[in-house]
Formats: sequence, C-alpha cells, structure tokens
Amino acid sequence: MTFKITAKFRVDRGNFSLDVDLSLPGRGITALFGHSGSGKTTCLRAMAGLERAPDAYFALGNEVWQDETQRYFVPTYRRAIGVVFQEASLFPHLSVRANMAFGRRRATTAAARFALPEIAGLLGIDHLLDRSPKQLSGGERQRVAIARALLADPKILLMDEPLAALDLKRKLEILPYLERLHRELAIPIIYVSHAPEEVARLADHLVLLDEGRVVASGPLNNVLSRIDLPATFADDAGVVVETLVAEHEIDELTRLEFCGGKIYVSRRHEPVGTPLRCRIHARDVSLALTPQLHSSILNCVHAIVVDLAPTDTPGHVLVKLDVTGAPLLARITKRSADNLGICPGLALSAQIKAVALLA
Amino acid sequence: MYSADIAAVWLTLKLATVVTALLLVIGTPVAWWLARTQSAFKGAIGAIVALPLVLPPTVLGFYMLVAMGPKGPIGQFTEALGLGLLPFTFPGLVIASVFYSLPFVVQPIQNAFEAMGDRPLEVAATLRASPWDAFWSVAVPLAKPGFLSGAILGFAHTVGEFGIVLMIGGNVPDKTRVVSVQIYDHVEALEYTQAHWLAGGMVLFSFIVLMTLYTFNPARRKSA
Repeated sequence: MTFKITAKFRVDRGNFSLDVDLSLPGRGITALFGHSGSGKTTCLRAMAGLERAPDAYFALGNEVWQDETQRYFVPTYRRAIGVVFQEASLFPHLSVRANMAFGRRRATTAAARFALPEIAGLLGIDHLLDRSPKQLSGGERQRVAIARALLADPKILLMDEPLAALDLKRKLEILPYLERLHRELAIPIIYVSHAPEEVARLADHLVLLDEGRVVASGPLNNVLSRIDLPATFADDAGVVVETLVAEHEIDELTRLEFCGGKIYVSRRHEPVGTPLRCRIHARDVSLALTPQLHSSILNCVHAIVVDLAPTDTPGHVLVKLDVTGAPLLARITKRSADNLGICPGLALSAQIKAVALLA
Repeated sequence: MYSADIAAVWLTLKLATVVTALLLVIGTPVAWWLARTQSAFKGAIGAIVALPLVLPPTVLGFYMLVAMGPKGPIGQFTEALGLGLLPFTFPGLVIASVFYSLPFVVQPIQNAFEAMGDRPLEVAATLRASPWDAFWSVAVPLAKPGFLSGAILGFAHTVGEFGIVLMIGGNVPDKTRVVSVQIYDHVEALEYTQAHWLAGGMVLFSFIVLMTLYTFNPARRKSA
C-alpha cells in the first residue's frame, strides 16, 4: 500500500513567508532540510495542525486533514499523527509508562499496530518504565518521547530536529533506534533537520527549503547529486551510496559492493550481506583519465562525466559523474578540469580517497 | 474563651472555606483566560482582578454596599429573585470576600499556567487529547503548586479581612461577626485579655500558613 502525502502551505507573516507545494512518498523517511528560518519547522507544525495556515491543503492519501478552500480543518487531537519535538517534552507528573500510555489510551483505533512492550523493546527503554522522566538522561527521554508518539498509533510520524538538543554521544545513541524504526515500521516519517550528516544517514527523500520556498524535492541521491543547486550542504557536498557487505578479507579490509563497483573500507563488524550506507564527499573524489595503477588509493571506479558546474569554493568545479547508474560528485580545481578536458560524456577513472560509513 | 469568641472563630472558618471553594471555581477559568489570551482586553481584565490588591477595603466595601443595596443593580436583582438584600448577611459577606480575595487566587494559578507554556498542551493534542481533556490531564496537574498557593492565600486572606467585612457585613453575631471584628469589639470594650487570645491566634495561624507555603513550595515564593 503506497500513498502520497500532499502538502500545500502558504503563510505570510510580514518578515517571514512560507509557500510550499509538496508531494511526498507515503513511506520511508523524508527529510525537510534547511537553515534556521527556512520554514521547515513551520511546515511541520502546519502538518500537525498546530498552526493553521490561511491557504493550505494537507492530505495523507485520501484522508484530507486540511482543505482551506472548503474551510476544512481537522484539529491536531483528531489527526492520527505522532510528533517528536526537539525537547522530549515528557509530562513530568507522569511516570515513563504513564507517559507512553497517554496517547495509547486515547487512540481511536481498536486494534493498535504496536503494543507497549514491543515498542519499549524496539527503543530499548524496557528497564525505564517505572521511572520518572526526571531520572532519565536526555537520550533516554527522547527515546521515550518517540515511543509515546508511536503508541498513539499514528499514520505519520513528524519529527522536529529530534537530535538537535543532544550532545554527540546521545545523538549516536539514538540514531540506531531511528534506523530501526525506519527498517521495522511501515510508517512514513517527516524529519526536520539542519544537520547534513543526519539527513545523509537517515533520509530516503530530501526536501531542501530556503526562505520558505522549496529549492528541491526528490529521492535523496537525486537531490544530493544535483550540481545546479545553491551550495546548501556547502563543504559537505557529496552523495550517499547504498552498499552491501560483500566479504571480510584477510588483510583487515571489508569489501562493500554497490551497483557501480566495489569499495574497500577498514574491517567492519557487520556480517556479510548487511546493507550499509556510505557517504562520499565530493572533496574526497579525484579524477584521472586512465586508471592509476601506481597509486596508494585503493578505491577506484569507472565513471562517465554527466555535467560540471562551478562551486562556491574559488577556483573549483563540481563534476557530476555516473558510475554505472549510481551518481557520484567530485570537486576538483577548474585548472585540472581544463587540463584534463573534462566535458559531459567523457569516460574516466574516479579515485575515492575516503568513505564515511553511516552506521 | 467566650462562646461569642468561639462562634466568631467558627464563622470565620466557614466563611473562608466557602470563599476559597468559590474562588477556585471562579478563579481557575479567569486565570486560564489571562494566561493564554492574546486579547487586547487582557490588561484591563488583569487590572480589574488585581484592583483589591491596591484599593483600601473600605472603598471596595462602599461600592459593593451601594451595588447590593435596594437601589444598586445587584440589590434589585436579588430582590427580583425574592432573595432580599445581601448586605449584613452571610451570603453578602461571601460575595464581597470573593471579590476581595480574587487576585490572591488568580495570580498564583495564572503564573503557574504561564510558566507551563504552550508545549505540554501541544504535546497533549498530538497525543489525541481534546482541549478539555488536556486541561484536566495535563494543565491542572502541572499547575498544582499554583492551585495550592492560590487556595492557601485565598483562605488566609479571607480569614484576615476586616474593612470589607465591616462595610458589607456589619457586626451581626453568628452571621457576619468574624474574628477580626470580634477583636475590634474586645478592644473597644477594653477587654484586652480576650483580644490577646484571638489576636495571638491570628498571628500564629498566619505564621503557620506562610511557613507551610514557603517550606513546601519555595518556587512560588515570589507570587506570594
């Protein structure tokens, strides 16, 4: 069962305006990415019904929650949503268990998809149920907040920078749980973030927002590999590659395979066959007209130039490559590009100096 | 103690209990509205609620006496209902006291609602709680310290009032003669021993109330 999420919001508040018209997939994680003031949080709050945009339409498949042309607006408490805010916002007067049961008891569906013990297990909070929210760490509180939202049996989960208030250690503690939600629950997630690494790690679909307008919306790699966009990710420009662990080789290297070839990384603990998401920054990719046999760089793939465009870094260009179907970006100097005669259609060899594993 | 003194103490406690109960019922929606409204009338309504804090009780008592009298709007209304006139009766005293102690109940509750912010109510809404449900299951429990402060202050303030009682209630034994009036009577009659008993009792009572408030509820000290 696949459906589309349709969201049109128009807000004009003098110094801030939002004008978006989105059609998002009804599955997987959609990241709304943008700087502060880009309207991503307003967009999420409008989806939740916490703000009523004067000119808006919002529907999940056939289920319309807001249609201002008909003056139709379903209030927040009648929408099957789950919301996770930046701060966990647990009810301090209730235990962890009672917090989790709050939405569960009020959910209208007779047969809930999730049971409390199951969700507590999924988020690793079984042992915390009888505590008070005051006794939890920031990371634990946020996991309880996620569990609480899921138990209200939402049809869509809205997350507003759920990791932004946490330090790096807590972030790393929660990310695997978010990936588990993604893998194990068939529920679309709208994820607001201004952190490129979170987006690269979690998102399937990416919406770039800037000053209340949609700059780009599409599958993650399609957006990440676009070189015509303003440098939203700036120095972080790069693509994401979905790989599978192929083999652990004897010299402490693990071979990952993707549609465009193979990548060697330091030995991983994941068993063979595990999917792994990697991020390859444009700045870590260099180009050569012939395969470099006498080089220390191990990862080298055949690629065809698709296009190139100037970047914000003076003297540099961004080259978009096609590696047997997978996109790849390389950031090289303008001078090198001219010397090598790089132009669309040219076949060459791309050397990958570093791979960031997103797990 | 004289039986008249005991009657005065009893009447005072009865008055304060009734007034506190009414104040919680009336004060809570007022505090909620003041805490959450963006209406232009917020300042005006807030000022009206706070007036008894600055006005001499005699001023308030005078206007209430006029209003409740045979020519006042409240007096005509109560007479039309066949209830007679309110001045110099216990219900009259209750109504006057409710007005007089209103800010002492509204302000701590309003502060508690304001300190809570919008977020808990937004969270409750995202968890399927209707506004009415969220008010009882989230707002009231979170504002509990404010309710406690408000109830204690409203009770204690009603116990301690004098001027408005004298204006509206007069000095009718068992009906309107509360402790503060009884002390006044004793002093007028130069019965200092009896006055000491009652006055000392009031000091002790007020001290215990405030100590309880400050000991168990230190966060709300400012609003007290």
